[in-house]
Amino acid sequence: MTAAASMTRAVLAQVRVELALTLRRGESLLVALVIPVGILAFFSKADFVDLDVETPVEFLTPGVLALAVMSSAMVSLGIATGFERRYGVLKRLGASPLTRGRLLGAKIVSVLAIEALQIVVLVVTAVALDWRPDAAGIVPALGLVVAGTVAFASLGLLMAGTLRAEATLALANGLYLVFTAIGGMAYPLEQMPRAVEIVAQALPGAALSESLRAVLTDGASVPTWSLVVLAAWTIVTPLVTSRLFRWEE
Amino acid sequence: MVVDHLSKRYGERAVVDDLSFTVAPGEVFGLLGPNGAGKTTTVEILEGFRRPDAGSVQVLGLDPWRDGRMLKPRVGVMLQDGGLYPGIKAHEVLRQYAGFFAEPESPESLLELMGLTDVAASSVRRLSGGQRQRLALALALVGRPELVFLDEPTAGMDPHARSRTWELVRGLADRGATVLLTTHFMDEAERLCDRVAIVDQGCLVALGAPGELGAGLASTETRFSARAGLDRNSLAGALAMAVEAIVEDEPGQYRIAAEATPALVADLACWLRDRDEPIGDLRAGRRSLEEVFLRLTNDGALT
Repeated sequence: MTAAASMTRAVLAQVRVELALTLRRGESLLVALVIPVGILAFFSKADFVDLDVETPVEFLTPGVLALAVMSSAMVSLGIATGFERRYGVLKRLGASPLTRGRLLGAKIVSVLAIEALQIVVLVVTAVALDWRPDAAGIVPALGLVVAGTVAFASLGLLMAGTLRAEATLALANGLYLVFTAIGGMAYPLEQMPRAVEIVAQALPGAALSESLRAVLTDGASVPTWSLVVLAAWTIVTPLVTSRLFRWEE
Repeated sequence: MVVDHLSKRYGERAVVDDLSFTVAPGEVFGLLGPNGAGKTTTVEILEGFRRPDAGSVQVLGLDPWRDGRMLKPRVGVMLQDGGLYPGIKAHEVLRQYAGFFAEPESPESLLELMGLTDVAASSVRRLSGGQRQRLALALALVGRPELVFLDEPTAGMDPHARSRTWELVRGLADRGATVLLTTHFMDEAERLCDRVAIVDQGCLVALGAPGELGAGLASTETRFSARAGLDRNSLAGALAMAVEAIVEDEPGQYRIAAEATPALVADLACWLRDRDEPIGDLRAGRRSLEEVFLRLTNDGALT
């Protein structure tokens, strides 16, 4: 009688495909690496752009780390999964011995692997630009990255599992732009109009970037409000997604 | 595999309506019917994708909806729409699925068997329709399944690939696997299937070996082929019937509106012998599966 593979083997077989497909998509490399590195390098050296912060690289690095998390967890994962649903890939996998839990596990492992690559590239770039993070903030920062990954991945999968693939493509890229602009990632929130700042403070983008900035740059603890917002998105979004996700378009 | 009084509705419409049949181990079983007859819905219930509204199904002794985890390692599935990501390479997707089973078939030998070795490194989007179908079939076989579901396995294949696929499916059966396939190609069902079920609007309308199905229906006409332009008046006289009862459907293809009794066949043969007319084909008492199909389903208008 034939049997299913061990969990490790099945998840690894899936992870290998997820990574190969992600690395093969030029546009996902653009949002995952080129844009964050570009923002970091350009704005920390461009003295004609006045961010009104003491050292741009200290402000920017936590922001682009948040941007990197969002690009992999929400944009890449959401769009890829949306098209997998469109092409019946999710349905076909549903007929295989790969359980839904293992599929989700493989997707999480793949996103974390890509994020590790992004973080290494961004941190090396930032250090070359004289960024000196607070060592005590590194472990909390990794925890924040994982929480942000859960929140953004759930958002991406929510779009992928409820919208048509093209709508997911448009919305995920749209949100990427919105969060880049008002997520405290490339531009300080305090300098925005008050109304924009209030909206931004309730969204996961700002919650993640402000928290990372607090622990990595300021040597402070995570601001309460950011922590509450991030925790809420991290807990609520997966619940909503698991209820609304449809495996077939 | 047991399908017992199965029903499935979408809204008001009954897609599967009180359907019952069983498939024996090692059998190649065909589900035939026009588009929208409920074939795919039935297969998807057996695969565990959908839940029956009424009735029950059993696959390898298990309930596919509840016991999916136990069933899936033992079952191979080929969906009507292959479920292949356009950017993935043929050998990648095969290796991926091989990774889901404890003792898979080797991807290389499957690629070879399917005639896909040359395109192993090509992405799915560069494969022809027939090559994609063969890749989807390979995915269904990679786990060495005891039972294989094939939803229209040769759709989009050229004749060469079709006959190769037929050999593969027969080979599966020879190794003891059970095969359930849907098709609307009658020749496929006749060539491949030990038994077929014909469904129409969700109901079973016929069940049996392809050859038996035709015999079950009283034949009310006799067909033969010979030289075009035979003298129908003279033949009608010899058969003691009105000339209108003999129709030349196409040049050389004749249809007699009478049962093929021994007397009629003898009279026809005598008349042809007297004129030294060779006969091409004589069909008496048994309809081809295609005729049975057209007669039993609303797809074909009765003439």
